[in-house]
Amino acid sequence: MASSPIALLPDAQLRPLLDAYEASVRSRRWHTLLILACIAVAIVLSSMSAEVSLPKLLDNIHRFPSYILRLFLLEDGRPVWTDVGEWFWGLPRWLRLLGETLLMAYVGTVLGAFGAFVLCFFAAANVAPSRWLRMAVRRFCEICRTVPELVFALVFVIAFGLGPVAGVLAVAIHTVGALGKLFAEVVENIDMKPVEGITAGGSSWPVAMRFGALPQTISNFVSYALLRFEINVRSTAVMGFVGAGGIGQDLIEAIRKFYYSDVSAILVLIVITVSLIDALTANVRHRLIGLQEKH
Amino acid sequence: MPARVPVDLGAVRGRHPEHFQRFDRGRQMVTAVAVAAFALLVFAMAELGFFDGKLLAGMGRLAEIAALMLPPDPKDWAHVRIFSTALLETIAISLLGTLAAAVLALPLAFLAARNITAQRAVRFLSRRSLDTIRSVDILIWALIWVNVVGLGPFAGALAIMTADIGTFGKLFSEAIEAADRKPVEGIVSAGGGKLWGVRFGIVPEVFPVLASQVLYFFESNTRSASIIGIVGAGGIGLYLAEAIRTLELQQTSFIILMILVSVALIDYVSGQLRFAVIGRRGVVA
Repeated sequence: MASSPIALLPDAQLRPLLDAYEASVRSRRWHTLLILACIAVAIVLSSMSAEVSLPKLLDNIHRFPSYILRLFLLEDGRPVWTDVGEWFWGLPRWLRLLGETLLMAYVGTVLGAFGAFVLCFFAAANVAPSRWLRMAVRRFCEICRTVPELVFALVFVIAFGLGPVAGVLAVAIHTVGALGKLFAEVVENIDMKPVEGITAGGSSWPVAMRFGALPQTISNFVSYALLRFEINVRSTAVMGFVGAGGIGQDLIEAIRKFYYSDVSAILVLIVITVSLIDALTANVRHRLIGLQEKH
Repeated sequence: MPARVPVDLGAVRGRHPEHFQRFDRGRQMVTAVAVAAFALLVFAMAELGFFDGKLLAGMGRLAEIAALMLPPDPKDWAHVRIFSTALLETIAISLLGTLAAAVLALPLAFLAARNITAQRAVRFLSRRSLDTIRSVDILIWALIWVNVVGLGPFAGALAIMTADIGTFGKLFSEAIEAADRKPVEGIVSAGGGKLWGVRFGIVPEVFPVLASQVLYFFESNTRSASIIGIVGAGGIGLYLAEAIRTLELQQTSFIILMILVSVALIDYVSGQLRFAVIGRRGVVA
């Protein structure tokens, strides 16, 4: 004992400390075990409900890589990159549809962001003119963002007919819900002094919002709207699955009819477009944030 | 009242030209961007057929449809039972997919994190593959999995898993990169290996953040899981799509109501669990 450079406590003092330490570790272990057991039970129950069977997965799993590989073979079995012209045979049509998809995402985002912009001042706790109105606006936004876009699209396709209008409106409504919440949170985080100053100067509520709240929030609004645009590009790409316009129509047809190389070509186009849009909006957003910090 | 001092605007402008000018230039920029954005909006709306006159007629029909949806009515108890089973299946799909994705994304996230993986090539590859997975929508994954394991909820769970691996991988690696590196240094300097450093230095710090993200996604995945039935991957989406297509509008609104209630419930429960795990601070953006 004397050889150790660290002085150890005498055993009588050490024992209770060690016991206490072990007891606390033991109780934490029990805690963890309990949580793990709960998760395990949940997994078993939901596996039964979702008809998950490991044998089925193991029997079929080899088909996943082979399916993915098959996507990159042309009809005659050659790899797609040996004949890019054949692979992208429908390029003009797909590019037009991709353009339509982007326009849909743009219009949906702008309309949705405009709606959210109008609503958010009524939904923010610190500036809302009336409590009841605030509750109503919040519930409305919640419903808009909880009902999946595709469900709106299905209903709108019945009302407006097949085509991009239904898809755009579905995206716009979802955007109102999602951005309405985020915008309201931005407004709730503003410095209230400018608003108070303007109100004290005798101005009406809209004027106070315009000159007191808006200047503090606008760059955040734009940043969130750009982020939403990114998300919306992804979701408009599948609007065609239910006939609501965009490139999804061709994609689902290719998947359903086993036009393997078409599937991969369209997917490659979508991935490239989405990454480009991501990079572009990320760039603009960083600039906006930089702008905000400079002020 | 004190007399107002007349302000010589011209002189002020002459003395501080930069203030006036910068303001004007900023204004011009903003106006130009706004005009361009608006022009693009009008062009896009024209291109997409917003002004073909369909819009007004459609609005009328939409009002009719909305009126026909009320009140929500499942028709009979047999339907309630079918829908409830499907809803449970939806939640099961979401739970399984989320958990499996979290387990599979964790190692990938460590590979993609800057402070763990020193090799640039490995990091670059794992990041790009995560990005690629993320840019493909969940419905597309569902279609692909339906081709692999056949129609049914199993394909749905796999689709949610695949799509979430991309998202989780990104979020997890960001959380890992934000971790304090002092605990790791302490462990390494006390003679622990690099793996010990990760296990005892980083994992305890990031685990609550990761758990809260998983819980948050459980809720949003329940929403996604409620539509993948549209392409045959199980859950309530199949019944929902069928009800809409056959114009059983009261059933439609009943199903939507069921989804809303269950998502709200899950949101509440997962919110409580999240607070229990990380305390009352928002982490998920």
